[in-house]
Amino acid sequence: MTDMQTLYLLVPLAPLAGAILAGLFGKAIGRSGAHVVTILGVAVALAASVVIYQDVAAGNTFNGPVYTWLESGGITFQIGFLIDSLTVMMMLVVTFVSLMVHLYTIGYMSEDPGYQRFFSYISLFTFSMLMLVMSNNFLQLFFGWEAVGLVSYLLIGFWYKRPTAIYANMKAFLVNRVGDFGFLLGIGLIAAYTGSLDYAEVFAQAESLAAQDMAVTGWPLITAICICLFIGAMGKSAQVPLHVWLPDSMEGPTPISALIHAATMVTAGIFMVARMSPLFELSDTALSFVLVIGATTALFMGFLGIVQNDIKRVVAYSTLSQLGYMTVALGVSAYSAAVFHLMTHAFFKALLFLGAGSVIIGMHHDQDMRNMGGLWKHMPITWITSLLGSLALIGFPLFAGFYSKDSIIEAVHAAQIPGAGYALFCVLVGVFVTAFYSFRMYFLVFHGEERFGKAHDAHHGHHADAHADDGHADDQHDEHHHGLAPGQKPHESPWVVTVPLVLLAIPSVLIGYFTIEPMLFGEWFKDVIFVGDNHVGLSELAASFHGPLGMAVHGLQTAPFWLAISGVAVAWFFYLKRPDIPAAIQRACQPIYTLLENKYYFDRFNEVFFAAGSRLLGRGLWKGGDQAVIDGVAVNGTARLVGWIAQASRLFQTGHLYQYAFAMIVGVFVLLTFWFNRG
Amino acid sequence: MTGMPLLSLAIWIPILGGLLVLATGGDRNAPLARALALLVALAGFAVTIPLYTGFDTGTATMQFVELSPWILLFNINYHLGVDGISVLFVILNAFITIIVVVAGWQVIQQKVAQYLAAFLIMSGLMNGIFSALDGILFYVFFEASLIPLYLVIGIWGGNNRVYAAIKFFLYTLVGSLMMLVALLYLFMQAGGSFSILDWHQLPIPMGAQTLIFFAFLAAFAVKVPMWPVHTWLPDAHVQAPTGGSVVLAAIALKLGAYGFLRFSLPIVPDAAQAYAPLMIALSLIAVVYIGFVALVQTDMKKLVAYSSIAHMGFVTLGFFMFNQLGIEGALVQMISHGFVSGAMFLCIGVLYDRMHSREISDYGGVVNRMPKFAAFFMLFAMANAGLPGTSGFVGEFMVVLGAVEFNFWVAFLAATTLILGAAYTLWMYKRVVFGDVANPHVAELEDINGREFAFLAVLALCVLAMGVYPFPFTEVMHASVDELLRHVAVSKL
Repeated sequence: MTDMQTLYLLVPLAPLAGAILAGLFGKAIGRSGAHVVTILGVAVALAASVVIYQDVAAGNTFNGPVYTWLESGGITFQIGFLIDSLTVMMMLVVTFVSLMVHLYTIGYMSEDPGYQRFFSYISLFTFSMLMLVMSNNFLQLFFGWEAVGLVSYLLIGFWYKRPTAIYANMKAFLVNRVGDFGFLLGIGLIAAYTGSLDYAEVFAQAESLAAQDMAVTGWPLITAICICLFIGAMGKSAQVPLHVWLPDSMEGPTPISALIHAATMVTAGIFMVARMSPLFELSDTALSFVLVIGATTALFMGFLGIVQNDIKRVVAYSTLSQLGYMTVALGVSAYSAAVFHLMTHAFFKALLFLGAGSVIIGMHHDQDMRNMGGLWKHMPITWITSLLGSLALIGFPLFAGFYSKDSIIEAVHAAQIPGAGYALFCVLVGVFVTAFYSFRMYFLVFHGEERFGKAHDAHHGHHADAHADDGHADDQHDEHHHGLAPGQKPHESPWVVTVPLVLLAIPSVLIGYFTIEPMLFGEWFKDVIFVGDNHVGLSELAASFHGPLGMAVHGLQTAPFWLAISGVAVAWFFYLKRPDIPAAIQRACQPIYTLLENKYYFDRFNEVFFAAGSRLLGRGLWKGGDQAVIDGVAVNGTARLVGWIAQASRLFQTGHLYQYAFAMIVGVFVLLTFWFNRG
Repeated sequence: MTGMPLLSLAIWIPILGGLLVLATGGDRNAPLARALALLVALAGFAVTIPLYTGFDTGTATMQFVELSPWILLFNINYHLGVDGISVLFVILNAFITIIVVVAGWQVIQQKVAQYLAAFLIMSGLMNGIFSALDGILFYVFFEASLIPLYLVIGIWGGNNRVYAAIKFFLYTLVGSLMMLVALLYLFMQAGGSFSILDWHQLPIPMGAQTLIFFAFLAAFAVKVPMWPVHTWLPDAHVQAPTGGSVVLAAIALKLGAYGFLRFSLPIVPDAAQAYAPLMIALSLIAVVYIGFVALVQTDMKKLVAYSSIAHMGFVTLGFFMFNQLGIEGALVQMISHGFVSGAMFLCIGVLYDRMHSREISDYGGVVNRMPKFAAFFMLFAMANAGLPGTSGFVGEFMVVLGAVEFNFWVAFLAATTLILGAAYTLWMYKRVVFGDVANPHVAELEDINGREFAFLAVLALCVLAMGVYPFPFTEVMHASVDELLRHVAVSKL
């Protein structure tokens, strides 16, 4: 094994070691011991990733096995690493955000009794996510895929006493399993038709896959494979209609909302499709499917962000919408733009979540924005960093999000694939909506009247607006939910919280400017992401690209910029200037508001149709099938039949001589009749 | 060690040791009985280890063969041997026996010697089933193993134990009588040989093949159990003491599945091929139908029992697709199910010993009082739901891959277990373990003691090891499974 290969192994194993130490020996090493070992593990992983990045930048990639997991059916299943530009970018993002979140957790969870357990989980998550992105085969991808799902399950339900949390984590796991169901079938199709699960070998056979139809169903094979795989991505990356778990996942502690449910895990689906570009490029049908799902998610989940009052839920719906943007980029074959947005989004969304968490600490675990306002004075670092994050999110020129989002919109504009028109409409309107809900949140939290410290009013507001159907009303947050006492002022969070905010704010502002050229138009993804000659979107963009500064200047003259500006302006007007207007609109458009408030009734439908339906079916099969028919008729029926025959035959054994004699005479008579008639 | 009759030792050490334990008599000698039983179980396991280390993975022929005449008049032989299909089950069985002895250590306080003896004798008999190469020897072990399990359920079981024991006994007995008829037919057809290996080479006309196939099916389907002859299992599990459930799930269910591979497939391959669609349909019903039924169970043991049926559906599904991934996946699933379902029943036993209830609704918030237990239970629940990295994933993954190769729609239905398995397992886990302390009884719970920690930890290591590195398990199987597939592909008409 070369030194670099040792380093590759070190990247996932260091966080795993931290997780095991903090998890199994948490009591022995204590609270500070737990955060020291886990932070050390992740820091080592980050440092190693930086070294590997330099190695990859120098042109050294790696694709090879670590060990053979299994051999069967002519397929060798291996655990192995593929280290290339896409992998190393993901490794840097994952380890960097993870390190920030580990640091931040010291402050955020300082009073929690499950401190060691929390550190163990987030390190375990880091390990799983690294295994996922570093994989060179579908088996390990699936392993990482489900493992991050497991840790997500454990972390959403971290506060296991809350009924809402343990409902949300089960929901998250099951909805993800629906996606994994498709994912597994896709992997099965690949194994059945290529005889391998190794990326390189599968991609080498992509053309021949595209020429085949499936046995039995007769579907075009490559389309079936891609759609099955994408169903997996829909679960993990929360695309409509498998998005329902992500808003509820906010029941987990805020650091994991940032790490798992914004920056890394939920982007696994995007990463996977980008990795599979040699397959997806061969099926326009699958790409159109991806595009329409993504566009729908981008716009309609954005709408929901407008009506939320829980600060974390606004950010959650914003995440859904941004994941939709990334999916749209995949659909128009702008894989590098999707991955680019994935990266910028990881920084600014982690920042926004951690900023929201800082606000929540300041507000003593009150998450309702209607109880906030004017926080800029009390929490200056949180305020400035959140503003920077919001500007990045809405795609303000020069900020990171501008470069990635504008590239996506331009790529959709240039795309020819069916569904591109609808997608363009969705992403453009989405820009306005994003700006509106982002700055609605920003103004409500940091500006305007100071509404905190008025406990009575606040609680009144809570109950009046508690979500009727989903049981996640904000006031159920058990012992953590206090809010500020009357007259109390929020304070800026401690340095372990604000330092990660600052460190995340830097890339949120700058990273787009410095990386757009190599990532989108340069050689960085040259041998990794494959785009067919018939899909021109991004290459047209490259022709008109004249440096990041030029793009920013040009951006000022385009529709997305003005849409974003008007979104901010409307938010300012509605929530700072004339706060009476939103209420008036809400009254005027009650049906639409109700629809949004109920999240298009997806949850209601799932609960009634799938959850209750399954239980009904199960009870029917159990009581009707097992108990009534099989046990009732067949098993106990057989027993009854035996008993009945025994009863009946007992009648013949009366013990009365004259009955036996009579039977004998009848018998003799019958035999004689046969005897005489035989001839 | 290869010179020693290892298989005989694996069979007779537990049986004779069991009789010795029985001889310790009444409950005043219980400590002696326990110590002796543990010693016997450990010795029984020790002699099976060379079966793995000395196993030649390059050949499909029987290994560690022992052959001596038994009843000369009918040409019945004491003929033992294992191949890549059976060897792992002998080892698994000996291993589970240790767990069962340890699990019953403090829990069983009445008729201790008899309880332990029953398990030891049963363990020996089951090793006999997995290693018998003579039809009558197989039949004798197969039937004899019913008796200890019947007694375990009938004597140490719950309130309705007699109904469950009789239901279990009659169900399985009716099935195996049919098998006896088939064995006698094969004896005649083979010109007076009870050798199973001779039968593998026997040409048989289609009509007879069909009858033999269904005769074997009657015996094995009940044992697996396959839908619709599965209803004895939930009753038996609910009434059985923890140890009984563990052996029932981990080993007894494997006997029927093993029978398919040793008898049905190689002896009547044409009938097996012809009725494969029926078998696959029944297997898929087991996966989907039983998955839904498991979802609505209110009794933890019943829920895990139904989940066992669904998991065994994967085993029979894997067998009858006639590809390597399917059969090896099914075998892996059988071994994994031995660990996982055994562990699930032990976890429920841990709770039952404290609360004397199996009703899910009597629990809630167990994690607050029993965090260590909750962590183990989580691992095993996830393994039951087939999470990658645990043994529960490996077999299901292989069978699903084999199914896609076979027919996409079969794979589609089989893969629903991903959703259903997670749904019934995690919903139960949520209601039992998560949440705030639900009632004063839960509030008094004490976390697992050292003994419970030990057996759960050992099983946890097995589950994780097999999930992370299943290679050694399948390596043993390849030659025999390849040979079986080659054999099944050749018509015997």
